[in-house]
Amino acid sequence: MSEVLLRCANLDKRFGGVLALAEVGFSIKRGEIYGLIGPNGAGKTTLFDVLTGIYASEGGGFRFAGEALAGLRPDEIAARGIARTFQNIRLFGNLSALDNVMIGRHVRTRAGVFGAILRTRATLAEEAAIEKRALELLGYVGIAARANDVARELPYGDQRRLEIARALATEPKLLALDEPAAGMNATETQELKKLLERLRADGITILLIEHDVKLVMGLCDRVLVLDYGRNIAEGPPREVQRDPRVIEAYLGGAAA
Amino acid sequence: MDIFLQQIVNGLTLGSVYAVVALGYTMVYGIIQLINFAHGEVVMIGAMVAFSVITALAGTALPPVLIVFAGILAAVPVCMLLGYAMERIAYRPLRGAPRLAPLITAIGISIILQHVALLIWSRNPLAFPQIIPLASFDVGGAIITGAQIAIILTSVLMMGGLTLMVYRTKLGIAMRATSQNPQVAGLMGIDIDRIIAFTFIVGAALGAVAGVMVGTYYGIAHYSMGSLLGLKAFSAAVLGGIGNLAGAMLGGILLGIVEALAAGYIGDLTNNVFGSNYQDVFAFLVLIAVLVFRPSGLLGERVGDRA
Repeated sequence: MSEVLLRCANLDKRFGGVLALAEVGFSIKRGEIYGLIGPNGAGKTTLFDVLTGIYASEGGGFRFAGEALAGLRPDEIAARGIARTFQNIRLFGNLSALDNVMIGRHVRTRAGVFGAILRTRATLAEEAAIEKRALELLGYVGIAARANDVARELPYGDQRRLEIARALATEPKLLALDEPAAGMNATETQELKKLLERLRADGITILLIEHDVKLVMGLCDRVLVLDYGRNIAEGPPREVQRDPRVIEAYLGGAAA
Repeated sequence: MDIFLQQIVNGLTLGSVYAVVALGYTMVYGIIQLINFAHGEVVMIGAMVAFSVITALAGTALPPVLIVFAGILAAVPVCMLLGYAMERIAYRPLRGAPRLAPLITAIGISIILQHVALLIWSRNPLAFPQIIPLASFDVGGAIITGAQIAIILTSVLMMGGLTLMVYRTKLGIAMRATSQNPQVAGLMGIDIDRIIAFTFIVGAALGAVAGVMVGTYYGIAHYSMGSLLGLKAFSAAVLGGIGNLAGAMLGGILLGIVEALAAGYIGDLTNNVFGSNYQDVFAFLVLIAVLVFRPSGLLGERVGDRA
């Protein structure tokens, strides 16, 4: 299980004069939970945006499952097996929970325009299969009872779970979670932790941005620390926690 | 003859045509927030192509229904291609531009299409050949013609089909997802460019059929018929709540009925100072009233709800 799934090298991303990512490089092994931490504005979400094709990086590149993906469109990257959630939840608010997850199945199904119009048997069978799988995924994250509720009316914690179910529907090899515990209470965070452990047991590699230190320490195999767009430390959580550069980044230069 | 009932029948006929055209406006607006002012011209091209084919076939021994059907069959693919080309050549390069740029482009395309039609078909109107016997039925004092029945039925079928497609199929879900959040839809593996192109194509196909229907109803088609019809259908879409499919259908039918009733009664009400030729005014009075009192339309979401 030590095969490398994602390898990033020298990623640069600039917004005007601001260097959001500077020579970021790291690799994630298949089956691990890889943490990504750093102060606000360190470039964590920008890194997610580059990895999922929303932004193109200006320098460097990344290989996923042995294939160079930099420069592909978001839907092409989704098809290669990277899925994500968002720090500020971005569900399709007016659609039902079930529809949200069914959209995630889009990338793994083939039925085309003509099938949809002509209602061929293959299309109907495929649509039935999509719905069945979507219901299973809602059950997997524990919100099966909410299938027909409109997404924007779900409780906050359930919306976060729904985003994970929607991402899982694309059958990702790598699941990138952007602060999944943000705004959750202690109980919800515990349940989230169990869910992530179950995902790992089921063979999904996870890239996790999270500010909840206890969650990161308890879950992650390795952690990468970003500050002003640069990686300043990497390693098992216990070691990274003691790294003087990390302490300085979080507490400010004056305190060191 | 009962004027009220008669005008309701006429209004329903015209209204269902408005509804089908309004769907083209509202679908495109829903997915890329563009008011495609060239849509009326697509409807016009549909009517012109169909009329050319129908006129060419009118002398043959084919049954009239088959001839009209052949006209529709020719118009639909031409308009689908036109819708696709419009999106591909004119709107896609402007996807990231400020909203005013594609809007003005749409007006430009509308003018170009009108003049292309002028070059091809000249400024003389094409007349619908008298091939369909004027069958009519008396329903409780109102006269309803075979053509009216055909127009209403065809429109209802198309609206039903579109609704099924949008709410029951994978493609429809992809369209709704793209309209709510194109970026996230892309992350779900939806090829947004394809969905947007598809939306234009479907809207154009509906427009083509609407063009044939309205041409058949008035018995005439000409190069500038698209602008007034387009503006009315646009008003209908705004009345129902632009971006909302059910709204476009409701808005179209309501507008048709308002227009027909106004045309039927304005002479009596104003002592013949204004005649029924003022009927075109009412669509725009309705548009102004909606914009003043309920800008989001009858079924529209509040503007703030849009991301």
